[in-house]
Amino acid sequence: MDGDAILAALRARFGGALAETHARRGDHTAVVERGALLDVLRHCRDDGALGFDMLMDLTAADYAKFPGREDGPRFEVVYHLYSVRYNHRLRLKVRVSEDDPVVPTASGLWPIADWFEREVWDMFGVRFTGHPNLKRLLLYEEFVGHPLRKDYPINRRQPLIGPKI
Amino acid sequence: MGIGSFFTSKLDEAIGWARKYSIFQYPFVTACCGMEYMATACSHYDIDRFGAGLPRFSPRQADVLFVVGTISHKMAPVLKRIYDQMTEPKWVVAFGVCTCTGGFYDNYATVQGIDTIVPVDVYIPGCPPRPESVIDGLMKLQEKIATGAQRF
Repeated sequence: MDGDAILAALRARFGGALAETHARRGDHTAVVERGALLDVLRHCRDDGALGFDMLMDLTAADYAKFPGREDGPRFEVVYHLYSVRYNHRLRLKVRVSEDDPVVPTASGLWPIADWFEREVWDMFGVRFTGHPNLKRLLLYEEFVGHPLRKDYPINRRQPLIGPKI
Repeated sequence: MGIGSFFTSKLDEAIGWARKYSIFQYPFVTACCGMEYMATACSHYDIDRFGAGLPRFSPRQADVLFVVGTISHKMAPVLKRIYDQMTEPKWVVAFGVCTCTGGFYDNYATVQGIDTIVPVDVYIPGCPPRPESVIDGLMKLQEKIATGAQRF
């Protein structure tokens, strides 16, 4: 299946739940409403013709002060799917606001999402409902803030942590 | 000045002389500076001339803590514990700019100079320092060891 056919199939099935689709430089992307996210992900994994058996990456982007996106939802959580069987790819995005940065977890669909989501929580402060163990992955518990947010001060000094007895 | 104090100062000198030529280093290597440290420690530069040819990989058997490479906030408690495990007398060398000041890693993850965690005796700047700089730092450390007050 080529990317246009994948997007057409998703539009036919989910229609209004897809806020937007585009294909820029060969990367086919669908922006999904948060309420339908898990259904879309599950369909992508289980549908015989799509067969996205691999979650390549799960990350986020902060659009604070991004030209043209000042008023929109601040964060985008991005899912990169890959089908080993068919060798095709798809990118899904879900937009969440600063006041309510919550996304349902995908760790029940692909186990690797467990650590990806912990990293996104660590770096961006986006929470994932239903996650079995949502705590910081790369940084430590005493860390204050989420460093990949655009409003994290570049020269903020974190408190030093002492040896654990 | 009595005989006792004259004798003590001479003993200090003798101990200082012995200590400066028996530097057992603990290389705490975390980053790219380790390559330059290894280059220095190999035969070409022959730091055995300074009695520093034998690194010990146990802090309890080491005299000098060589902190070689960037120290992150998560590594900081480990470094402090290693320092605490070393027995007196002990010295610390900050090897490379990352350990001296944080270097160009002015970010959320990096400790801005290891002197915020442990006391430092000799700073060797450079990114990474040339072996000549390391030897210069080592000789400065020897001078400090030999002329400082000896506790025993």
